[in-house]
Formats: sequence, C-alpha cells, structure tokens
Amino acid sequence: MSTFLTEETTLVTDAAATTRLSSLDTLESEAIHIIREVVAEFEKPALLFSGGKDSVVMLHLATKAFWPGKVPFPVLHVDTGHNFPEVIDFRDRTVERLGLKLVVGSVQEFIDRGELAERADGTRNPLQTVPLLDAIQSNKFDAVFGGGRRDEDKARAKERILSLRDEFGQWDPRNQRPELWNLYNGRHTVGQHVRAFPISNWTELDVWRYIERENIELPGLYYAHEREVFARDGMWRAVGEVSQPLPHEDVITKTVRYRTVGDMSCTGAVESAAATVRDVVIEVAASTITERGATRADDRISEAAMEDRKKDGYF
Amino acid sequence: MTTDIDTARAAALLDEAPLASASLFRFATAGSVDDGKSTLVGRLLHDSKAILADQLDAVARTSADRGFGGAAGGIDLALLTDGLRAEREQGITIDVAYRYFATDRRSFILADCPGHVQYTKNTVTGASTADAVVVLIDARKGVLEQTRRHLSVLQLLRVAHVIVAVNKIDLVDFSETVFREIEADVQQVGRELGLGSDGITDLLVVPVSALDGDNVVERSERTPWYTGPALLEVLETLPAADELESHLESFRFPVQLVIRPQGALAPDAVAGGLDVEEYRDYRAYAGQITEGSVKVGDKVSVLTPGQDPRTTTVTGIDFAGSSLEEASAPQSVAIRLADEFDVARGDTIAAAGTVRESSADLYAQLCWLSPKPLREGAKVLVKHGTRTVQALVRSVNGKLDLATFKLEGASSLELNDIGHAQLRLAAPLPLENYLHHRRTGAFLVIDPLDGNTLAAGLVKDHPGDHEDERYSI
Repeated sequence: MSTFLTEETTLVTDAAATTRLSSLDTLESEAIHIIREVVAEFEKPALLFSGGKDSVVMLHLATKAFWPGKVPFPVLHVDTGHNFPEVIDFRDRTVERLGLKLVVGSVQEFIDRGELAERADGTRNPLQTVPLLDAIQSNKFDAVFGGGRRDEDKARAKERILSLRDEFGQWDPRNQRPELWNLYNGRHTVGQHVRAFPISNWTELDVWRYIERENIELPGLYYAHEREVFARDGMWRAVGEVSQPLPHEDVITKTVRYRTVGDMSCTGAVESAAATVRDVVIEVAASTITERGATRADDRISEAAMEDRKKDGYF
Repeated sequence: MTTDIDTARAAALLDEAPLASASLFRFATAGSVDDGKSTLVGRLLHDSKAILADQLDAVARTSADRGFGGAAGGIDLALLTDGLRAEREQGITIDVAYRYFATDRRSFILADCPGHVQYTKNTVTGASTADAVVVLIDARKGVLEQTRRHLSVLQLLRVAHVIVAVNKIDLVDFSETVFREIEADVQQVGRELGLGSDGITDLLVVPVSALDGDNVVERSERTPWYTGPALLEVLETLPAADELESHLESFRFPVQLVIRPQGALAPDAVAGGLDVEEYRDYRAYAGQITEGSVKVGDKVSVLTPGQDPRTTTVTGIDFAGSSLEEASAPQSVAIRLADEFDVARGDTIAAAGTVRESSADLYAQLCWLSPKPLREGAKVLVKHGTRTVQALVRSVNGKLDLATFKLEGASSLELNDIGHAQLRLAAPLPLENYLHHRRTGAFLVIDPLDGNTLAAGLVKDHPGDHEDERYSI
C-alpha cells in the first residue's frame, strides 16, 4: 500500500515559477471556496442581500464562483420598512439583472400583526431578528450567507466563518466549533441552521478596494451627494418620512455620503466630498474612526450591543 | 460627524507600488497566563495605527473607570482585544479572536489565541492556518513547561515560522545576560523537538517590552546588544508558508462541485456577450488548489475512492470568464479536462504520477478538541478535503507528553490531549503524510451524533513505511 506510483520526480523546483497572490486575490479565493463549500454541502442556502456594500460584494463573489452558471440560491432581504428608497430600487434591479429569486421578510408586517412592537427610540434594526428567523424557518433555509466581517466589531471578531445557530437562531459564543485549516464543518441537526460569513477576513478597506478593482455598482448614497440633514447623537440624519427632526433640530443641506446603509432611522451620514470609488478608497484608508462608530446609533446603545443582538439571532 | 482624515496613513496604505504586490500574511499568538500577550497584540495594533480613534476612546474610558495607570499613558492596551462581555467582566480571553491590520508592505490576519483556557485547542486552531506563530515568554520566568507544550504543538503542525518574543524585558533591566540565557534555552528546546531543522520551519527569538513598545514596531535603543529586527519587521519580511512550500509540492485539487449550467447560464454573463451555443455543454470542476500549481496541457490523475486513478489532460483553467494558462495554491478556479470522466465532489485531481494509492487504513496524530473523550471502538466521521466518510477508531496507541515530547501509554484521549490512533475508513482516501503536505495530510474528526468537531487529525505514514529522507528529523 505504501508504494508510490512513481517517486515524486515532477516537483517544480523553480521557486520563481509561483508568484504570490495579492492580498485581495487571496481573500477573493478564500471567499469563493467557502461559498462553493456551503452550496455543495447544504440543501437550501440563501444569501442575505440588503443592497449594502458588503452584501453586494458577496453577491458579486457568488457570480464569480459559479460562472458561467447562475447563482444557485435565492437572496433574502429583511425589510425594516424604513429603508432608503434608492437602496430598494437598487436591490430590485440587481435581482432582475442576475435572474435571482428574492425572498422578503417584512418588519412592518410583523408590527401590523402585533407580533413586534415599535421601540421607543424608533430604531428598527434590532427588530429584524424575528422576521429573519421566520423567513429562515418558513423557507427551510439551512445555510444563510451574510456579509459580516470580523473587523466590524469586538463580538464579530470571535465569530466563526461557519457559525452554528440553534432552533431559536441563537449564537453561543462560548461553545463554538474550532475552525481548522480550510476544512469547514457545516454539519447541523434538524432545526439548526448555519450562518456563513465568507468575507469574515476582509476589512472595510479591502471591500472598497475590491469594489474599485471589480468595478462593482453600488447604491448612489455611498457617494457624496447633497442631502437635507439634521444633527442627532453626533451624526447627520437624513430627513425622510420616518426620520423627522425635532423642533430644536435645525435642517440644513450638506454634502454627505453613507459609510453603511441600514435602517434610515438609525444610520447616519458623514460629511464627505468623496464622489467616486477612488475618492472613497482614499477616504476609508485615511479615516480615523470605524464605520460603525461613525454611523450606527444602534451600536452605541452599550459596549456589548452587537454581542447581545447576535446572541438573539441577529445577522 | 466629519470623517477625520489622517493623510499620512492613507498615503502609506495606498502607495501603489507596494500595494500591487502586497500579500496576505497570517499569524497567531500563543502564550501563558499573564505573559502580556493581550498587551503585545494591543501594542502591535496601536503602533501600526490599526486602532481608530473611537476604539481608543472606548478603551481609554474603560481604563479610567478601572483606575488603570500604566506607562502606556493610562490606557490598558489589553482591553483593545477583549471581545465578549464575560471576557471583560472576568478579565480573561475565552476564544480565538481575529484581528486585522496592514502596513505598507503587507496585510496581516492575526489569530489571537488565549493561553490558559484550553490552550492546546486554541493553539492548534490558530496555528492550522498560520504562516507564523508568536510565542510569548515572560523574561522574568524564562522557558516554562507551557512554553515547551506550545513549541511541541507548533512543531507537530509544521508552522513555517516560530517567533519567540521574550516579553517584559524592561522588568529585567534590559539585561542581555537574561535574554541570552532564555535564547539558549529556546534553541535547546527547538533542537530537541526538531523545530527549524528541516529547511522549511525556522525559529527566531526577539526581546520585547509590549507595555512600552520596545522592539515591537521599532527597534529599541534600550536593547543595544540586540541587533536583529523588531517583531513587526520580522512579520513583514518572512516568506509566507505557500511561498516556501508551493515549489516543493505537487498539484492537488479536491473537487468541490461540478459546474455544468446546461443552458441555465448566468443572465448577466449572457447579456455581457457570452456565446450561449459555445457554453451549452460546458463542464468544469470547481475547487481551490490546495498545493502546487497546474498548467493547461498538464497530465493529471483523477482520484475517486474505490477506483484506480484515471489519467487525463487539463484543457482549460477558468476563473469567472477569464481563461488562465496556469494557476497555483491557494487560487479558486474551475478546471476542464480532456476526457469526459465521471468526476464528482470528493474526488481529487492531482499531478499525474505523484500520488500514492488511496487507503482505508488511517494512522494519525489526533489533537483532541472536545470535552467528550475518544474511546477505542468509537464510530466517527472523517472530513478530508471535500469528502466526508465514516470511520471506526480501531485503537488509540498512546498520547504525547508535550513537556518531554515522548509517547506514553493511553487507550483514550481527552480534551487537549495529542495522541496516536489508528482508524479504519468506510472508503479509501488519498491520504498523504502531514509532514510533507500541510493540506492533504490534514483532516477533521466529527461526531456523527451532534456534528461537532472532535479532533484535528494529522496523517502519519503507516508503521514500517520508510520516512522520506528529506523530511526526517
């Protein structure tokens, strides 16, 4: 049994024959490997797609992973009812262009049915968990791709690439499977599902450099534009149907852009003149504040805000 | 509310010349209790400017709340790496945390592995993907049994570069004598283990003060007797593991799935001008090259369990619309073959004439990672490459005393044990010795009941097989 068919005589001895991949190529290759593993090992995966930059990059990676075939899974959007209209428009155009099936879980419908209550602060991001789990269960999704990155938050830094969730969608950070080499263990029992984070190892700057390199289209509000805003919690909030200034909050027109795109009621804009993807890459590289620190009111609630939401089944 | 701008940082990160060639380097840290590992990681992130203002503010607030008044200007850098609520409350680290930072030469992924809780589990996990591991030693304590254990694990896992950081050198008055003694002890342990003696792995020792930053990012004037590079310089210049290994290894490609659209072509590709007729019968095998490289025209063998290897020729290497002439590890590609074989997930495509026969008898070192002990006779699952098969644990043939690196008698393995075992597989697999193949020699042992990962497995040669001279230690 131990005999070699032939000796290892065909070793490439010229070290120069192999050129090192750039860090972006390595990250891309890793993400595509993970996406293909999940598609091969799970019955019914879906991709969380909000129109935000991380989910757009995820979808782009999926198109590359299965080229020239179609992306072999549906996309899932949890609609807070407070989304930016241009982002919903972008979502619908993207789904159409790629011939995908779109599944929508609606926070508004849950509120209308009395199954969710509006929060006093008006923020709907934490309310997404219930419709998300409902959509996962009713569609029997056993794996859900997300665009979460470990550099986003201290709790995310401890997240696995394949993260097991119980029947209640809960994350148990103290009892995670060790993740070894590039061997991903996605085994789960009935009722459990797995969240898959193929771009775990990307940073915000990697995402933007990749968007630039691959010429990926994003919703326009990621780039500098004029908008009516008012100041709240140290952020610029857009004036909109669900985001109205209080009497003492003055509305002014500013040139702003969004670093993250979430629920309109809790996502703030930053003053920026970065009108092109190149401008944004430079701005992100030079930024001295994290994207969540700069623009997410929901992460300022407490030091462990993200950890608490994740334990309850959040993205 | 405005985006604060640090233009020097932007210029350093975006300077086009290095960026085009900037590569990814993965490293892990390992240490014992209170040797200052969190502080070192915090220092690396802080001094390489990976910590942004809002993160530093949060840490400064917490430091002040706790009355921390260290030399680092009142900021407890260890807090930068605390992730979970329980960790902050108990002042400990529970699980491997991943950190990211970049210099103008490289992007880094750092697996920060806690030292005191389940250290073997965490070190094995972090080291399995690492190009380098930084092991911390407290200069006042020197080489401890824990240090020997860490170095043993790194030797077993064939980590390419082991860097021993002798920390708290400020607390021994920057004494060269103390450093040289520890350095000699480390080299002695390295020789006993065979670390750094095979031409692939190496062992380096650096004196640092994580608290004050000496020799972490910049070379320190307080250690004039140390003429080597600072820790970050070491990390920036060491060759990554696949640079070292890829030219030694032959092509290996576990098939993940078959891409066969059969008319269901991607609408955006068709809209972009893809010739529908040409791609009607498209068939390619998707996967990530785990070892070596492949060119169009290369002769390859397709390995399917239970069948003789079938030899054919590579006719195409595709990646998302581009045709490549050549590809190498760790690229994800799709490979077309000349013959219409039945190739499926779990098969391996390998350079022809470089593979040994598949085997259903598996001899291995198992790093046991589960609180549920391993018993002889247990039924488990083995995940190797893209194939998972059932397996029976025939025997446990002892466990390793990590302090002495000697095998001692044992018939079961418990959490954090590393032992030898023999397994019988339900289907033969193209197993290769981990000593020579860090990817195709690795596997997972999985619990068939709850799906949890039980062990990290390293394939050994069968007893009686001759060891390859190049690798003997």
